[in-house]
Amino acid sequence: MNRLAPFEWIAATRFMREGLVQTLLIIAGVGLGVGVIVFMSAALAGLQTNIIRRTLNYMAPIVVIPPDRVARPLREDRGGTAALVQPRSQQLRSIDQWQKVRARIERLPDVTAVTPVISGPGFALRGDANKAVNMIGIEPETYLQVISLGDKIVAGKLELGTSDIVIGTELSKDLGANVGDKLRLTTASGASDTLNVVAIFDFGNKGVNERNVYIGLRAAQNLLDLVGGVTSIEIKVHDPFDAEIIAQAIQSETGQEADSWIKTNAQFFTAMTAQILTNTLIRFFVGLTAALGIASVLVVSVVQKSKEIGILRAMGTSRGQVLRLFLLQGGIMGLVGSSLGSVLAYGFVLLFRSIATNPDGTPMFVIEIDTPLLVATAVGATLVGLLAAALPARLAARLDPAVAIRG
Amino acid sequence: MRVAEIGAAETLRLESVRKSYGVSTPVETEVLHGIDVRLKAGEFAALIGPSGGGKSTLLNLIGLLDQPTHGKVWIQGIETDKLGDAELTRLRGRSIGFVFQYHYLLPAFTALENVMMPMLAVRGRPDDEMRERAAALLDEVGLTPWKDHKTNDISGGQQQRVAVARSLAMNPALVLADEPTGNLDTNSADGVFDVLRTVNETSGTTFLIVTHDPRLAQRCDRIIELVDGRIVSDRANMNVVRRSGAVFSESASVPSAS
Repeated sequence: MNRLAPFEWIAATRFMREGLVQTLLIIAGVGLGVGVIVFMSAALAGLQTNIIRRTLNYMAPIVVIPPDRVARPLREDRGGTAALVQPRSQQLRSIDQWQKVRARIERLPDVTAVTPVISGPGFALRGDANKAVNMIGIEPETYLQVISLGDKIVAGKLELGTSDIVIGTELSKDLGANVGDKLRLTTASGASDTLNVVAIFDFGNKGVNERNVYIGLRAAQNLLDLVGGVTSIEIKVHDPFDAEIIAQAIQSETGQEADSWIKTNAQFFTAMTAQILTNTLIRFFVGLTAALGIASVLVVSVVQKSKEIGILRAMGTSRGQVLRLFLLQGGIMGLVGSSLGSVLAYGFVLLFRSIATNPDGTPMFVIEIDTPLLVATAVGATLVGLLAAALPARLAARLDPAVAIRG
Repeated sequence: MRVAEIGAAETLRLESVRKSYGVSTPVETEVLHGIDVRLKAGEFAALIGPSGGGKSTLLNLIGLLDQPTHGKVWIQGIETDKLGDAELTRLRGRSIGFVFQYHYLLPAFTALENVMMPMLAVRGRPDDEMRERAAALLDEVGLTPWKDHKTNDISGGQQQRVAVARSLAMNPALVLADEPTGNLDTNSADGVFDVLRTVNETSGTTFLIVTHDPRLAQRCDRIIELVDGRIVSDRANMNVVRRSGAVFSESASVPSAS
């Protein structure tokens, strides 16, 4: 007997050791449950992070654009006469006084970076090849704070001068243009410019690699005939999940239209919410199963040991001590089970990593088991164990010693 | 003040104790019909009578494991009918020792640890003093060589002697023994009885022993007979056989480690 250990601890551990097979089986059950919960949580988090990272690769969390132009009928419709209002075509135009708007956005909390962008349609020509592209005029020093274009460069250097262009791998292939080659950009209005390919990027998305081309802000303003203007302001925020709230704040603050990536990817978010809900349900039921397992083992133990409990009570053990003795067993099973479960979850992750790989051997997405998740699971499992032990512990504490000994 | 009136020399006092089961139901049955008993400190009394006569019920009331329907129970001058569950548990732990027909030892613990258990339950944490006292008690019942054995590894007689040692752990004023030798052969029964007698003589502990065995009843100083819930005779035993002459033959050789 450990002299530092209180009576309840000594008795609880001995009782558990006495029914070793039962104890080990239930700990294995709890471990398996915890392992599944930890793995599923980590996998879901990994999947989300991965999708978010890939989406936000080439897309700013918030994009501010000028509000749509609307056609207003000259006369108010007071009934009787019906006015047919044809929606206006939206021509490419600049955000009104964008420097002021930008300064206002920069002052908002939670905003980490702001960059002006001018983008519009055009054609990239080289020799006989001709491709429709999305021209994006950027201010490299601020743009790179919002979009990590710098990390995606696979050839050349990202140094955008007035007559330089950065293109994607797909476009490079289609036009046969490599770093150092020239290509010609033209717009619908007929403006054109010849630019040097200084770098090639790869965002891991074919559409983006095919269509996006990056040029200097000035060059784009000239090509799109919007000198001094920008078509959008792109914003990065601390937590991408706050983007929609911040976007709404920006909209009311500036009067411009602000779209968050959450709004533009609404379908993806609905899917993710459904996935989180399913996951939570599964976790709940797995937890419940583990709790029922612990409870049933302890109920059996109380029935088996009722005479011993009776004699302990006769010897002067209080109801509280008996209660704690069984609660402790539940808690220990939960804690030990969750430790085992964490190891198991780690094993699942290793297994998953070896199975879920891209054809080139790289992992499909990264699953990380982080310390807060493990701590939360351990605390949670211990609480579930205690809770599961509550009923059997009450049964034990309420045993009438006279009846227990006689029976 | 009742405590002073009764005096500490009286270990147990029962006044008009009645016990009914199924109170306020059509099947209400009274099993004890007004019991008056007093036991002075150091008495060694037998409680005899036919089965179903209420002996175990009476023992449960005296042991504070149950409450009488009417009447009062005093333990060492303390009136127990006003005490709550926690106080009863405390009083039971400190003043009363139990030995049952079956030993009810905890199989997960060694003989020594089982004897320590009442002290551990009351004081909370194990210490050297408990260990020493438990060892001394096991020595007294002749089980020193078996003290570190799990209780399932020793014989029935030895188990019962561990139970006796355990009942004495808190140095109780009163030990209640419910057919302590009922499961044992004659030799083991005599051995256990000798232990009880010796403890009574050396420490002055009061004993109340329920037994069916007239031979063992003859070894008690006082014989109380309970028939159909009433005390029909309560007499001093003039021909006490104090010693059985039995020896702890089992404890003579040290067991092989198992």
